[in-house]
Amino acid sequence: MPMLEIKNLHVTVDGKQILNGLDLVVNKGEVHAIMGPNGSGKSTLAYVMAGKDGYQPTQGEIRLDGENLLDLQPDERAAKGLFLAFQYPLEIPGVATMTFLRTALNAQRKKRGLVELSTPEFLKTVRAAAAHLEIDTDMLRRGVNVGFSGGEKKRNEILQMALLEPRLAVLDETDSGLDIDALKIVSEGVNRLRSPDRSFVVITHYQRLLNHIVPDVVQVLSRGRIVKTGGKELALELEATGYAQYQDEAA
Amino acid sequence: MNANVLSAKTEAELTLAKAYASAKPNLPGDRKIQALREAAFRHFDAQGLPHRRIEEWKYTDLRTLMHDAKPLAGAPSAASRAQAKNAGQLLAAMDARRIVFIDGAFVPELSDLSGLEKGLTIRSMHDALAGGDALITAHFGKVVPSDGDGAIALNTALMTDGALVRVAAGSTVERPVLLVFTASGDKPASVFSRSLVVIEQDARAMLVESHEYKNAYQVNAVLELVVGNEAHVDHVKIFGGVGDAVHISSMMASIGTRARFNDFSFITGGAVVRNQIFMRFDGEGALAGIRGASLLKGKQHADNTLVLDHKVGGCQSREVFKTVLDDESRGVFQGKIIVRPDAQKTDAKMMTQALLLSEDAEADNKPELEIFADDVQCGHGATTGALDEDLKFYLMARGIPEKEAEALLVQAFVGEAIEGIEHAGLRDALLGQVASWLSARV
Ligand SMILES: Nc1ncnc2c1ncn2[C@@H]1O[C@H](COP(=O)(O)OP(=O)(O)OP(=O)(O)O)[C@@H](O)[C@H]1O
Ligand SMILES: [Mg+2]
Repeated sequence: MPMLEIKNLHVTVDGKQILNGLDLVVNKGEVHAIMGPNGSGKSTLAYVMAGKDGYQPTQGEIRLDGENLLDLQPDERAAKGLFLAFQYPLEIPGVATMTFLRTALNAQRKKRGLVELSTPEFLKTVRAAAAHLEIDTDMLRRGVNVGFSGGEKKRNEILQMALLEPRLAVLDETDSGLDIDALKIVSEGVNRLRSPDRSFVVITHYQRLLNHIVPDVVQVLSRGRIVKTGGKELALELEATGYAQYQDEAA
Repeated sequence: MNANVLSAKTEAELTLAKAYASAKPNLPGDRKIQALREAAFRHFDAQGLPHRRIEEWKYTDLRTLMHDAKPLAGAPSAASRAQAKNAGQLLAAMDARRIVFIDGAFVPELSDLSGLEKGLTIRSMHDALAGGDALITAHFGKVVPSDGDGAIALNTALMTDGALVRVAAGSTVERPVLLVFTASGDKPASVFSRSLVVIEQDARAMLVESHEYKNAYQVNAVLELVVGNEAHVDHVKIFGGVGDAVHISSMMASIGTRARFNDFSFITGGAVVRNQIFMRFDGEGALAGIRGASLLKGKQHADNTLVLDHKVGGCQSREVFKTVLDDESRGVFQGKIIVRPDAQKTDAKMMTQALLLSEDAEADNKPELEIFADDVQCGHGATTGALDEDLKFYLMARGIPEKEAEALLVQAFVGEAIEGIEHAGLRDALLGQVASWLSARV
């Protein structure tokens, strides 16, 4: 059984059709890169997978390990092992990052029938994960993402992913806004988590990221559907030719 | 003509007038106090309970909200004294000096009066009114004139007991003084409590009032507070308890030169709450922070009304009021800042925010700035809105269930006001109460 199977997915936002019959299969342990022009529906795909309100699936299904995600609340999807690294991580003043991480981790453990982590265990886990990503633990006392730079917010997303250990992670332009060093740190963070049991969907505009996180499959998304599937060399090809030919095909 | 006036009276007003007539001979106070009572009663009798045609009471019409008046509370029974042993438990971690009142009456045997810090005096208001006290002569009814407020007049007419607290010049009282007001029994009564607190020059003290009433009690509580020159005072009033009490609270505070005053109102209990604060800067260079948080559900109605008078210049005031409204509750905030002609270099900022957790809840907000000086910084801001759906989604996408996500956001919202409380133990106690209010929602 594939880890992720999306069939004939149609999604409207504010009455506007954004995804039109999207199909995507991601097997266990695979890394898929999704590339495509601005406005083609990449973030829409990420949001509808995570269950954001207002992203209305009108046809089709999304299965994670065979289970239809569309019937589940966002928190239930997360507990099933889905993680979305946001293109624009939000700031939550007044909710300390530590409290947020701990609440999230324990909520997921609870749903999976595991005991909550004790404070020392939790702190140890966070400190180790933060150190890998070169995140100063002082920052974690602040409100979630409050006063974080663009790059720090992206790193914080990867920290959350490392703690929550999802089965399937969708990274929506996690590379945008990162400097060269941060790009390496974040990529290493992702690569550390790669395993035969974990899959990734990496949305990006830049081939550069794919030098660090080498994909098994590259998918081209245009006008709400996958229009081309290839190996990692497809990303290089796109770099040279752009999306013009695929936009015609999708039309 | 008389008949006309009478026929316009509500049942509650008639009952209160009768209660005053029969209680009058036994109410504490010398001639002067009796004269004050009489004048206050005549004022009440002419005006009636505050109602919506009086501008300041527009949103909280006591004539319609108080269907009847409960009988005046009597002396607390032995059983109620035994019951009140554990009153104020929620604040146990504060290590405060606990002073207990049952139905407004001071209960010395339940109060911690041992080893009073140097400079601290605590007395029953009943005894002070009955036997006289220099503080009464100096300050009673004079701290900030109430301009004929009907609720305060009714309190003056019927007041029975309360606290008289003094902190002498230069004294620091380390332990917070906790006044716990509790109800005696299951039979609702009317309570008219009256307190006077005088913190003299250069003194330091923290005063916490916890009002823990139940069922249909009707409470009219007045506090007059004098913050002396260069004094540093924290005052916190907790409107707790359960049931559908009516709680009318008035605080009049005068702030001296270069004093620091921090006030916090925390409202979770009561069917109808009116929390009115009249504060006046009487000396230059003082700082005051007036903050509050209200958490309302069911059909609760809470009205925070502030009148801040910058009578002199160079003072700074900060107001932050947060209201969380669930179900069909209603929150009112009225904030008036007056800057008198001589109050140059005034710096006053007021912020009020309402968070609606239900479509049936309502928040009313009326800020007013009356500025008569030209070299001032004054501003106010107000927001009313629901929880941010995008933030909620972000939290839920991390596996946090909806109610818990909402709880985190609500805690963050009220936390912003509660963080202003300097005393860590009290801050934690209030955050704990917010958490239990939220967990009761789930
Ligand atoms: N709330 C909305 N109402 C109407 N249209 C919307 C709404 N949200 C998104 N869209 C539209 O949906 C389309 C797809 O947007 P989406 O964010 O998924 O694109 P994307 O592929 O992620 O683009 P980018 O590369 O710029 O991040 C766009 O045309 C966008 O304008
Ligand atoms: Mg996008």
